[in-house]
Amino acid sequence: MNMKKLGTAIAAAVVTLASPAALAAWTLDMTPGITDISQRIFGLHRLMYWWCVALGFFVFGWMIYSLVAFRKSRGAQADAKLTHNTKAEIIWTIIPILILIGMAVPATRMLIQTEDATNTEMTIRITGYQWKWGYEYVDSGVEMFSTLDRASNAARQLGSNIDPATVPNYLLNVDHPLVVPAGVKVRLLITAQDVIHAWWVPALAIKKDAIPGYINEAWFKIQTDKTGLYRGQCAELCGRDHGFMPIVIDVRSKADFESWLKTQKALQRPADPAQAG
Amino acid sequence: MAITAHADAHEHHEHKPSGLWRWLSTTNHKDIGTLYLIFACVMFFVGGAMAMVIRLELFKPGLQFVDPAFFNSMTTVHALAMIFGAVMPAWVGLANWMIPLQVGAPDMALPRMNNFSFWLLPFAFTLLLLGFFVPGGAPAGGWTLYPPLVLQGGDSLPMAIFAIHLMGASSIMGAINVIVTIMNMRAPGMTLLRMPLFVWTWLITAYLLIAVMPVLAGAVTMLLTDHFFGTSFFSASGGGDPVMFQHVFWFFGHPEVYILILPAFGIVSEVIPTFSRKPLFGYDAMVYATASIAFLSFIVWAHHMFTVGMPLAGELFFMLTTMLIAIPTGVKVFNWCATMWRGSLSFEPPMLFALAFLFLFTIGGFSGLMLAIVPADFQYQDTYFVVAHFHYVLVPGSIFTIMAGVYYWLPKWTGHMYSMALGKLHFWLSAIFVNVLFFPQHFLGLAGMPRRIPDYATQFADWNMVSSIGGFGFGLSQLLFPIIIYKCIKGGPKAADRVWEGAHGLEWELPSPTPYHTWETAPSMDVLHRGAEHWTEDEDGH
Repeated sequence: MNMKKLGTAIAAAVVTLASPAALAAWTLDMTPGITDISQRIFGLHRLMYWWCVALGFFVFGWMIYSLVAFRKSRGAQADAKLTHNTKAEIIWTIIPILILIGMAVPATRMLIQTEDATNTEMTIRITGYQWKWGYEYVDSGVEMFSTLDRASNAARQLGSNIDPATVPNYLLNVDHPLVVPAGVKVRLLITAQDVIHAWWVPALAIKKDAIPGYINEAWFKIQTDKTGLYRGQCAELCGRDHGFMPIVIDVRSKADFESWLKTQKALQRPADPAQAG
Repeated sequence: MAITAHADAHEHHEHKPSGLWRWLSTTNHKDIGTLYLIFACVMFFVGGAMAMVIRLELFKPGLQFVDPAFFNSMTTVHALAMIFGAVMPAWVGLANWMIPLQVGAPDMALPRMNNFSFWLLPFAFTLLLLGFFVPGGAPAGGWTLYPPLVLQGGDSLPMAIFAIHLMGASSIMGAINVIVTIMNMRAPGMTLLRMPLFVWTWLITAYLLIAVMPVLAGAVTMLLTDHFFGTSFFSASGGGDPVMFQHVFWFFGHPEVYILILPAFGIVSEVIPTFSRKPLFGYDAMVYATASIAFLSFIVWAHHMFTVGMPLAGELFFMLTTMLIAIPTGVKVFNWCATMWRGSLSFEPPMLFALAFLFLFTIGGFSGLMLAIVPADFQYQDTYFVVAHFHYVLVPGSIFTIMAGVYYWLPKWTGHMYSMALGKLHFWLSAIFVNVLFFPQHFLGLAGMPRRIPDYATQFADWNMVSSIGGFGFGLSQLLFPIIIYKCIKGGPKAADRVWEGAHGLEWELPSPTPYHTWETAPSMDVLHRGAEHWTEDEDGH
């Protein structure tokens, strides 16, 4: 680590901070996502957040009031007899229990919906490798690998001198995105070849560990108006290039998806004699 | 006459070897406490230096300084150094110094073992840190050591495993010493429910240590045999189960979290009453809440691994038990608030750090509650939201309280007051920068940034830069801490025996600085009555 580089980094930092528009926004919250489940999870997250704000308002209010009202420097006298109050202690045990029940009920209901992987219409097998993803459309046999795109890969090398800001979707772009249909309940079977990875797409609210020897299940059904590209990353430390195996899903309409799949199938299995006969 | 004879014996006892041999051979609880605290401080800066490398590399997108593999070593060893090298030894150091003083015992129950348990630590950490210089580099699979990844490590893997064995042996011996001292060496009249809260929380912590350190030792031993002796405990291809490691690890790991925080609850329960000039509110409830938290810590472990693919019933069980922890923790926070209520508050450095604990640990508690909600956890798991959460409970939680404890008892140890102005400066810099450092990490996690990555997409650049600036500020401000302590050891205004106006407890009945040997005769009932934490009206008849 040399000092010159450090100096450059700090200079760049000052420039960047001065022009926030140069990079993407100062995001504060998670994405609501593109499935009914992800949007309900977002709602649950917001519900928990507002509970915390309300509780914080009360607890911090109590603390701050005490810090202001009972200062020795303002002549506060200690009431040394105030060491117990059974009524208060019962209240501040019971009320949190009620609040927790109020949180647990929607969370439990939500969890049961999330885990309901019945009646899926198609299956994709996802395999984690160091450091890329393998996808297989089980019903049609179409397979592909998905790795970090060339531009990001060149820029991310130590001392590449390529400014990441000039690379579109730096570190979140791949050569072959996972193409999926909107409006179809898709089952994912997730596993890994070498070490544990985790397949995570925030817009789907799916994060599932890919574990050698295990096949984990997840599912999604994307809303039909949400076609487009959505990005995620490996979320379980998997070695040196853990930060460089992104996930991109390309959501298409059901018709577009089927024609894409047909083309891929033809490309990957040209003139299969058994089928031709 | 008896008194004269005793004074002679006392003088004789004061003789101690000088120089290095004193520190190598010492069996005195104060010397050993000092050694633990110095060791913890050194490891705090070693781990802190690694944090600086991490924040430097994450200052802006692109890789500028380190290779990703080295970055992974930084995150891994930073965690191991901070948890096992800084926070745990600091707690054992404070226990060594304060438990005998607070229960009226002349020393720890097992002084030679005490010496041994400390001197294992420098060897353990030498072994761990030498990993940087062997082929393959230092461990880089994360402090959680998940197989199969950890088994890809180089020559440093067995070194790290033996280091963990040594730390575990050291912790278990320290815990046995604490339990035996508290159970057998309390002064007559110091009943269990009159003990200061720091002693109570340490007693419970010690049981947690004895329960779970062997579990960790077993888990890492299985890693060792998997790697070198052809077993396949955790290898799916050999019929083993990589997820089993995670269950075993977190069965250790969750109680470990409370090992790091329960003594902090004890310190806060000493400091807030002192500077509120009022006894602790709800003493009994505090003890029971601590015990409940310790019990619950054994049945919540899988909340660290919700994305591993558990059955629905498992997910529900661990979600609900995790939420239960909020109840005793809430009781504690409310009791601390009630202790300040109608008090007479002053704001010396120990109180400032305890108050920062109260505010910021509560924030960490809130994010913990959010993380308990399984469907939402699918989004939070393994992101910077988790990093923000556990740093809020560990830095302003454990580290700030260790500092509160040191600032609280330092005048008692050295006989000198430290500079209040420097102490307050240290506090304000720490309290401001810790939030600049960790608060934006909540946003990063929610925006989708995974943890343990050396480089990131450009939309995460803004908050990472803010966080790094906070990190550098926090790291630099900590240099004040050893400076203040060094100056206090060297000199300063003479400290009174009862250093703080509102302080209660047997330690304040002793002279400042504490003599080399204390409570050779157990404190009398009068002294005990004046000093004991918790003496209800109906017990006055004794």
